[in-house]
Amino acid sequence: MRAKVYVTLKRGVLDPQGKTVQRAVKSLGFKEVLEVRQGKYFELALPDDVAADRARQVVEEIARTVLTNTVIEDFRFELEEA
Amino acid sequence: MKFGIVVFPGSNCDHDAYHVAKHVLGEEAVFLWHKDESLQGCDVVILPGGFSYGDYLRTGAIARFSPIMKSVGRFAADGGRVIGICNGFQILLEAGLLPGAMLKNERLKFVCRHVHLRVETCRTPFTGLCAPGEVLSIPVAHHDGNYFADAATLAELKAHDQIVFRYCTEAGLLRAEANPNGSAEHIAGICNRAGNVLGMMPHPERAAEAMLGSADGLKIFQSLLAAPAGAR
Repeated sequence: MRAKVYVTLKRGVLDPQGKTVQRAVKSLGFKEVLEVRQGKYFELALPDDVAADRARQVVEEIARTVLTNTVIEDFRFELEEA
Repeated sequence: MKFGIVVFPGSNCDHDAYHVAKHVLGEEAVFLWHKDESLQGCDVVILPGGFSYGDYLRTGAIARFSPIMKSVGRFAADGGRVIGICNGFQILLEAGLLPGAMLKNERLKFVCRHVHLRVETCRTPFTGLCAPGEVLSIPVAHHDGNYFADAATLAELKAHDQIVFRYCTEAGLLRAEANPNGSAEHIAGICNRAGNVLGMMPHPERAAEAMLGSADGLKIFQSLLAAPAGAR
């Protein structure tokens, strides 16, 4: 089983990297892009026989305590059967 | 007074802090390995600058789970003096011993130069020898020093006199051009409500001897010596 965890900056938190990427995108001529927000993506491999409830619980705790600084970031995740 | 300097894998200002405590101040100093739990009876714990765990994931995010951080948390809760410098400040934030978080510098550049700091409060054991509003010249060297906290947290910091240092001009004025990283409220250093835990981005240990360009940082260490004893 695989967990895919997405960590994003909260709304209202300045994202200088995203801004720089947005400027680059704009200078390439893609004027439609109004904003870029940069985030992080993690894949966690879990044993196939782990129960989905348990997997959700484990991934949620890891995402909250390690992968995310909840002062500035939010996370969401999905589980995928191998 | 006994200083304990925590050594994480990737710490690189640990020897500078040790040098100031041991040779400039002439006090007792020991290194504390991050995998140990004992603080060896130290009066002051320093979390030094550097790149603990390569700054992977987020600055300070992995170091906060080191065994020694449990002891540092208990020591701080009991009133023990803790000072986190640069990466040490980032670790204190990740550990929740101080509020807020660090973002990348506004201009996405590593900034390494002398800055001016205005002393905003002298109530802490780290600033007792400073005058209110005094301007100190101390260097910064970081990529993630853009302090962030939500509006409610910033209001709390102000209400409880927890902003210790602000970036300023040589004359002590708060100006955008004097803020090296875009940090909220020009914050360079904050303390917890009780005042016994200090986090600061500038490096006082690099400005503790006149031959290195400034001895202003020494005031922070000397203030600790002059302050009434804390917990141990």
